[in-house]
Amino acid sequence: MAELLRTHPLEAWAAALAELPDEVRITPEPFVAMVDVRVPAAASEGLAVRGTPLPTAPNTWTPTADGRMVWLGPDEWLLTSTGTVPHLLEEELRDQLRPVGGTAVDVSAQRIGLRISGTRAREVLAKGCSIDLHPRAFPAGRSAQTTLGQAGVVLLSLGEEGFAVLVRSSFAGYLASWLLDAGLEYVPLG
Amino acid sequence: MQLIACPWCGPREEVEFTYGGQAHVPYPDDPAALSDEQWAHYVFFRDNTKGRFAERWNHSAGCRRWFNAVRDTTSYRFQRVYRVDDPKPVTP
Repeated sequence: MAELLRTHPLEAWAAALAELPDEVRITPEPFVAMVDVRVPAAASEGLAVRGTPLPTAPNTWTPTADGRMVWLGPDEWLLTSTGTVPHLLEEELRDQLRPVGGTAVDVSAQRIGLRISGTRAREVLAKGCSIDLHPRAFPAGRSAQTTLGQAGVVLLSLGEEGFAVLVRSSFAGYLASWLLDAGLEYVPLG
Repeated sequence: MQLIACPWCGPREEVEFTYGGQAHVPYPDDPAALSDEQWAHYVFFRDNTKGRFAERWNHSAGCRRWFNAVRDTTSYRFQRVYRVDDPKPVTP
């Protein structure tokens, strides 16, 4: 992937997160290019962006060849890519979407990802999130924009692999501290 | 805490939403033709209904879309939510 010379917002929390037990695995995801895509709702039905149709059902996301495509609103999506440099991805999408009246804006610096997995992952998240995260209600492919603790997040269900949380970079430290506290009861004593 | 059903996202906690005042207040067709008093009425004057009231709400912590809702101002219960382009529902 493209090498980005930046300090990860969760670098200072990485050691503490790594000490959590296997029941609550929290791993920061590396930087990825993210582009906010706006397409008029009328033109979005069946529209394929970079080879993948836009998910038009509310609160869903679909995997793409090298990233994710997340529904953010009836005319708004978040597209991530691990294989493209942010400004090139923005240009590529802008060229593709211009004919249908869409826009693309690079928002790579806005959010950072966290992966939460393990048998207790759902219980940890439930401490600060009011959404029903049971696999029946929140299966793989579902997403939600909501609050976790006091931070606004985009929550993605990865099915068996747990959850991905996209949080604003400036809130990432707060959320990591919150998650460490929420996961404390599953850390064995001694 | 009560749940508010966002027309896009479904039921969510009340803290995710922001209040936007009375709904169905149309922008004047020809604002320049209004007198100061008429303009003040458009900008500042709102109903203060006791009972069912059509209001604007924004799902600010979620999809960030505006929608309308009919809420009972005495019990705070939401009776109906609908999209901004839908007509005001007729409630009994």
